Amino acid sequence: MTVTGAPHAARDPGRPPRIPRLITGSAPVSLAEHLDRYGPPPLRADRPAAGRAVTGLIDEIDRAGLTGRGGAGFPAARKMRAVADAASRGGTFSSVGAVVIANGAESEPASWKDRLLLSRAPHLVLDGVALAAEAVGASRAYLCVHAGPVGPAAGPLRDAIASRDRAGLNRVPVQLAEIPGGYVTSQETALVGFLNGGPARPAFVPPRPAQRGAHRRPTLVQNVETLAHAALIARYGADWFRAAGTAAFPGTALMSVGGAVRRPGVYEAALGTTLASLLQRAGGPAEAPAAVLAGGYFGGWLPLPAAQHIPLSDEALRPAGASLGPGVLVLLPESSCGLAETARAVRYLASQSAGQCGPCSNGLPALAEAMEWIAYGRAGAADGLSWAQQLLRLVSGRGACHLPDGTASMAASALRVFGADLLRHLTRGPCQRVSRAGVLPVPRPPAGAS
Amino acid sequence: MSPRRRREPQRLQLNPIACEAHGVCIELLPELIAADPWGYPVIAPGPVPQQLLPLAQRAVNVCPTLALLLTRAG
Repeated sequence: MTVTGAPHAARDPGRPPRIPRLITGSAPVSLAEHLDRYGPPPLRADRPAAGRAVTGLIDEIDRAGLTGRGGAGFPAARKMRAVADAASRGGTFSSVGAVVIANGAESEPASWKDRLLLSRAPHLVLDGVALAAEAVGASRAYLCVHAGPVGPAAGPLRDAIASRDRAGLNRVPVQLAEIPGGYVTSQETALVGFLNGGPARPAFVPPRPAQRGAHRRPTLVQNVETLAHAALIARYGADWFRAAGTAAFPGTALMSVGGAVRRPGVYEAALGTTLASLLQRAGGPAEAPAAVLAGGYFGGWLPLPAAQHIPLSDEALRPAGASLGPGVLVLLPESSCGLAETARAVRYLASQSAGQCGPCSNGLPALAEAMEWIAYGRAGAADGLSWAQQLLRLVSGRGACHLPDGTASMAASALRVFGADLLRHLTRGPCQRVSRAGVLPVPRPPAGAS
Repeated sequence: MSPRRRREPQRLQLNPIACEAHGVCIELLPELIAADPWGYPVIAPGPVPQQLLPLAQRAVNVCPTLALLLTRAG
């Protein structure tokens, strides 16, 4: 019954899901429930040889316009095609196949949507892994999560993978890999380095993982939410995916909404939803709002209420100096000092430098100091401001990873958005609000962690 | 490097992980490379002007950590 090109899913995959598409209940979905709802992932009936890419799904993902949900927002199909091309180009590794890495190592302190997705809908992610592996011609896959308390519970994920092994749903072996904590350890070249037996530190590119990654093979690194969307696109198609969102940024995204809202939580929203309507879903502001950090610590501050009608997609957020990032919104109340909040976040990010690149390991601590000088220093600290502005230019684009650029982008947005506060701090010294408890979550790395 | 390759626009690229701020490139090519406050090279953006290509190539060759690269401008 090997009909080339025919998916083996004979069963009707059921009614296409409405929003929320990914996390539909408050309990973990078992494999039986998952199969009952969606049927098996539409893999090909005939098992293609390793290294043989099956690019139908890539074309469908391309038509869907799915972008990476891990922060950078890179088109998912373009990344997959690069790996499929490299895997099928021949040469030494053509017969061993590519590698798929599902990135569930959620490093952004204000984001917890990947952990929630992995705990509630692990099989949607693992379907995406199997489908992506087939599409790019991979022969093995990894699910990367953070080890220990900052990561999701590893036991249930191992069980989920094992239950799929028993059901014959894992065409390629899938292995859970626990990555050390830290902001840059989940960067894709850091994951590759870790899987190759080295430290989880960003590497210089080229070569990109798509060319030479884990085990020196072409490697697809895709965020777990991106893979879950891919699993639904494989079943319901690009048009269904595009029924939500905007023409340029279609689909939905999981958003971690925190800070001074009444109901902090993970909300799935169509891209292009306005900031105000998403904040409303999170119960609205718990107290008078001043600004919102959009896109996490590589994003930027947006002033409220001025920015309340901004649509949540990169086409609107990037020109405003913020981004969608991994889908993070943190509401800052008027009773907090945005400059002090930013100084704390910059100090945290400086502590996360892997220490490999001079401009980052020297520049970020200097930037943290300049931001602290602005936030907490005595009146007349205008030197701090010009030093900070000089450092923003000096660190941007000069690391192997985007830690210096992202940190600079957030710090620059603070100097712009909290301009009135800035003037007050420079002329009269720190405001009363600097001593308020922090709104932005800033993890304290465990002793001994790098 | 072939003479034909030479005529293509090229740019200087730095591997910031390998760079240890020896500063040899800054000495050799101040037209395109300046020092930041910590002694690390800051490279002027854009392709290397034709007349500076021999110097740029020399800077690449003498970098003690092989951190400086001359790549096709893309």
